[in-house]
Amino acid sequence: MAEAETVMGLHQEELQHPELLHHFADAEQQRNSASLGMWVFLGTEIMFFGGMFCAYLIYRHWYFGDFGAASKSIDATLGATNTAVLICSSLTVVLAVWAAQTARKTLLVTMLTITMLLGLVFLGIKAKEYSDKFEEHHVPGASFSFNNAPLPHHPGQYANPRHAQIFFSLYFMMTGIHALHMIVGLGIFSWLLCMSWKGRFTPTYYTPVEVGGLYWHFVDIVWIYLFPLLYLIDRRR
Amino acid sequence: MAEHTASNHSKSSPLKLYFGVWATLLVLTFVTYEVSLVDLGPFNSVVALVIASIKATLVALFFMHVWHASEKLTKLVIVAAVFFLLLLLGLTMTDYATRPWS
Amino acid sequence: MSMGMPTVVPQQRFERETYLNKAYGVWSWLLTTDHKRIALLYLVSITFFFFIGGFFALLIRLELLTPAGDLVQADTYNKLFTQHGMVMIFFFLIPSIPATLGNFLVPMMVGAKDLAFPRINLLSWYLYIIGGALMLHCMLTGGVDTGWTFYVPFSSNFTNTKFVEAGIAIFIAGFSSILTGLNFVVTIHRMRAPGMTWSRLPLFIWAHYATSIIQLLGTPVVAITIVLVAAERALHLGIFDPRLGGDPLLFQHLFWFYSHPAVYIMILPSMGVVTEIIACFARKRIFGYQFVAFSSIAIAVFGFLVWAHHMFVAGISVYSALVFSFLSYAVALPSAIKVFNWTATLYKGSIHYDAPMLYAFGFLGLFTIGGLTGLFLAALGINVHVTDTYFVVAHFHYIMVGGALMGYLGGMHFWWPKISGKLYPEGWARLAALIVFIGFNLTFFPQFVLGYLGMPRRYYDYSHMPEFQVLNVLSTAGSTVLGVGYLLPMVYFLWSMRYGKPASDNPWNAAGLEWRTASPPPTLNFDVEPVVTWEAYNYEELDAPPQTQEVTVG
Repeated sequence: MAEAETVMGLHQEELQHPELLHHFADAEQQRNSASLGMWVFLGTEIMFFGGMFCAYLIYRHWYFGDFGAASKSIDATLGATNTAVLICSSLTVVLAVWAAQTARKTLLVTMLTITMLLGLVFLGIKAKEYSDKFEEHHVPGASFSFNNAPLPHHPGQYANPRHAQIFFSLYFMMTGIHALHMIVGLGIFSWLLCMSWKGRFTPTYYTPVEVGGLYWHFVDIVWIYLFPLLYLIDRRR
Repeated sequence: MAEHTASNHSKSSPLKLYFGVWATLLVLTFVTYEVSLVDLGPFNSVVALVIASIKATLVALFFMHVWHASEKLTKLVIVAAVFFLLLLLGLTMTDYATRPWS
Repeated sequence: MSMGMPTVVPQQRFERETYLNKAYGVWSWLLTTDHKRIALLYLVSITFFFFIGGFFALLIRLELLTPAGDLVQADTYNKLFTQHGMVMIFFFLIPSIPATLGNFLVPMMVGAKDLAFPRINLLSWYLYIIGGALMLHCMLTGGVDTGWTFYVPFSSNFTNTKFVEAGIAIFIAGFSSILTGLNFVVTIHRMRAPGMTWSRLPLFIWAHYATSIIQLLGTPVVAITIVLVAAERALHLGIFDPRLGGDPLLFQHLFWFYSHPAVYIMILPSMGVVTEIIACFARKRIFGYQFVAFSSIAIAVFGFLVWAHHMFVAGISVYSALVFSFLSYAVALPSAIKVFNWTATLYKGSIHYDAPMLYAFGFLGLFTIGGLTGLFLAALGINVHVTDTYFVVAHFHYIMVGGALMGYLGGMHFWWPKISGKLYPEGWARLAALIVFIGFNLTFFPQFVLGYLGMPRRYYDYSHMPEFQVLNVLSTAGSTVLGVGYLLPMVYFLWSMRYGKPASDNPWNAAGLEWRTASPPPTLNFDVEPVVTWEAYNYEELDAPPQTQEVTVG
């Protein structure tokens, strides 16, 4: 922002806050704007996932038993592990924000690194799950097959493969788009890591860490809902 | 900004809170995993969703700092987005729940 | 277009630094983060797409001149109306007022130096351009024939045209629209000048705030819908395919959840513009400020509750149709509040009939007709009778063209002196307003009659019902007049950039912060940071003191 010098009455602020952009009056306004911007964006993200949740709700309502049978074929333990992994990464994110707030650079860098490692673990487990599904021919499309899966609580009846395919379509769409968000999150966090390595964040300026953290937590929250809806539908004995 | 950090620091260190929330989340994950094995009839889904909502609320309130150090506007944004999501789900269901032919 | 402009300055004026002459050259435009320059980038781009969409419209009208399908083939006709709809809606109407006038004015009206996220603002323009380029490529290499609503299962399973490419284009343009809305919401919340309380905000800002809510909460739903349709098309998932157990109606629910409120993305900013114009040219404070402000928010919220009235004959349950019919009536309330308050503002005002006001009057009349026929369509019985006829086509063109476009043109005239620093030729502008109004009614009023008599939409050949030809000829004739009416402003706006008289800072003697700075404004909008101590629309105060000079209107 080359224009910054020409702004009237801001020189004092600017000396104190070199990261202040020219069009903000003070650092607080800049910080609050960034935070509100991220929250509003997360609002749009809720609606983005909302479309898929709507589709899920309707087909779950229509094909109750088939969804149960299809869900049983997914490894709930892997899902639960992934939930735990994401929850741990949320803890490290919040610790990273705290470290930035309190000027603990080493802790900040460590926490960001651990967060990213946990993110990679999550994606690794996800990949394992996908490859299992691929081998079992549970990926929707030409080679999809889901025959002779017993319908829960209806002895002697089998799930309709077409309806199960809808479950798997939603499963892949929802977890796939969630994984895409994880990858974007990893991108954001590599940038944060780079910046904090260079010591750009101070107790008066750590907005990017905070805002990036909000995004990460949101992706975690989406998973918190995906986990029961996709993995735990019908495990009762 | 000044108030913000002050309100955060007034509790000396929030670390105890963060680890507490983290532990609760892990316990709830274990609970929802185990309870799904118990036959509660239609209430399996209800219980699973209630636990998920508790977890999501915990993350939002404490990890995303909605409880401390956030203004009403943040809460309004969250409530508005969730409200419109429920509108989408609810009004769509007025159709699906009342179709005599499906 | 504006690049070479400031190099030739006919009037010698001592060079005050403005956003236009601060820097020259292509990169100073393409890499700018100045909201005013980005607004002009948008202006050029949407004008380009407007004329493409208009070209398709003229071809459609030409085909319907005669009952036989003699100008184009059926396939071509399908592509024409599809591309007309997609271009006009996603690449012209949705960004029209928010991305140009809104981008230019929102920071100035709230007294800020720029939008909250200038780089995101530039990014939104680039996304728009990428989406637009894709759409252009799609059209040049074959186009799409699904209709702008791209209903499944036709779009997902059957059409062999380039639906996926068009879908990606719309997805990207939608992202651009979300970013604009996000910027506005944060700017309006965070960047207001000292003293600029919510109750002092111009109603243009309230309208844009409401618009942004819809952009933020609606657009993501259509985005995920496009993703699902594209996946369905590529992989045959079955989510929307009835043969595989899916439900095509689910697509319609998700699609209209965005696309009905999208109509309010187009009309709300226009209402904001008209509110500013009416207050200025009636020289009065807006009657019932709070009602007009909150009716904008109410329209945004109610707009999300009515989507299934597009689906009454599609097979939704009777109960659901009843609910949505009732809710559709509810959305008429806030719209009616606005119309009544505008009328009450005009009452005993000292009205000036300048070009912006003529457009505002046009808006009032045409929007009222469009809105009232919307009530017809909200009624279940009549809806079944006129579904998929020209009645519907006429209705939504009265809202989107008669409403949104009239407001856009009115706003362009109103703020042109501020944007360019030049006055447009008032005589030509009034003539153009008249031509647009006459051309519009000639084009679309016959379509109400056609539709009521039973002419279906999207037919390229109506030789089995030749009695409809007279009305169709009227409509085609009107569209030519309308085309002239739209070309005229572009010509004299361009002309005025070079030859127009220099505008004073406040040629209309209007209230509002944007008029308290130079024309064209400096890069940071204000030389002195504004402090607001007056209420919005204080025209009584502006006109009262004896030192008031004659109002220098165009």
